[in-house]
Amino acid sequence: MARTDVQLMLDVKAGDEQSFELLLRKYRTPLVNFLFRMVRDTAVAEDLAQEVFLRVYRAREEYAPSAKFTTWMFRIATNLALNSVRDNRHRKMDISMDQTVDMGEEEQRPMEVPDRTPSVEQELVARCRAELIMKAIHALPQKQRAAVLLHKYQELDYGEIARVLECSECALKSLLFRAYETLRVELAPLVSPTVRVDRVPADRSGQPA
Amino acid sequence: MKYGEGSEVHMFDKVNSQKQCAALESKLVEYLDGRARPGDRHAVEEHLAGCASCRLRADEFRALSRVLDELPAISPSPSFDAALRARIAAEPARRGFWDWMPSPRLAFAVTALVAVSVWMSSTHRVTTNPTLASHAIQSIDAIEESKVTAESDFGMIRDLPVLENYDVISKFDALSELPVSPAASRNEVMQENR
Repeated sequence: MARTDVQLMLDVKAGDEQSFELLLRKYRTPLVNFLFRMVRDTAVAEDLAQEVFLRVYRAREEYAPSAKFTTWMFRIATNLALNSVRDNRHRKMDISMDQTVDMGEEEQRPMEVPDRTPSVEQELVARCRAELIMKAIHALPQKQRAAVLLHKYQELDYGEIARVLECSECALKSLLFRAYETLRVELAPLVSPTVRVDRVPADRSGQPA
Repeated sequence: MKYGEGSEVHMFDKVNSQKQCAALESKLVEYLDGRARPGDRHAVEEHLAGCASCRLRADEFRALSRVLDELPAISPSPSFDAALRARIAAEPARRGFWDWMPSPRLAFAVTALVAVSVWMSSTHRVTTNPTLASHAIQSIDAIEESKVTAESDFGMIRDLPVLENYDVISKFDALSELPVSPAASRNEVMQENR
């Protein structure tokens, strides 16, 4: 029978290093993805994810299962990500006082898109759409962004997300609505059934989609 | 119909509809997640059936959810675990008090030394404290006094048979009528007791 996350963490507390390995294997990818979508930098995301695991490991002796393990872990991750974004923004502001900065380097980095479509054209369209989505998510206010990522991609329930973001469930639902409403407007070309970005090349060539 | 009555009704409907649309906002995400309570679900469905703009918004929210699914996931780099292990290994080990002892023998010796010094200091403190010493002397005197009192009490108990001697008590009045010479009367009483 598979042990729960809390049981694994209690085993880590008791000195079982293998249980920590199991937690690492289970949450490594979700955590890196969450942090990547928060900070839009793979190197920073990995560094922060390692920091999250390090803090979990450090806190093992004082660990008390008062909340779900994922709530605890994503709270650490969210706080680290928000601090990182804030620090990075200040750093960029400091630099921009003296020189122009190539801000587009990270944005233009090709994203790893699964090879679902053999066509190069479709692959380019998928990459273009992914970048639009990523930009729209990143343009959200930090708390809304975290709420959407935890709700949509980590599939945490409302209570858990509210505890991670330290707000009420009612406030969280309002936060989520505003975030999705903004995304609906920002991603209208992808969302609206009348505008189909993936058919633009075909339309340009004058051929039917 | 009075002038303006129709427009007032129209305005009322419009305001009421706007209120319902605003109320939907707090329930729409929950409804689309399939986590709304039955009462809320019915209320949302009823409103959507009669409000084209909210129905369009709900459809676009569903489409948005599908669009967001297109965002690809990334994988951690192959060096992720190794880097984390290196960071954990670089952590300073937490050491308890006993971890500072190089051997159990030394730990035992330190414990014994501490215990002995605590005992010695407490003993030394009792004998050298002048206040405590004077208290001790006073308490010894009190014990001596109580011993003397106890002995005199014991003497009275020992003489009880004499005091209860029927002849002595019965002749007490007669003795009081004897001549004034106390020595003679004492000898007389003694002779009678014998």
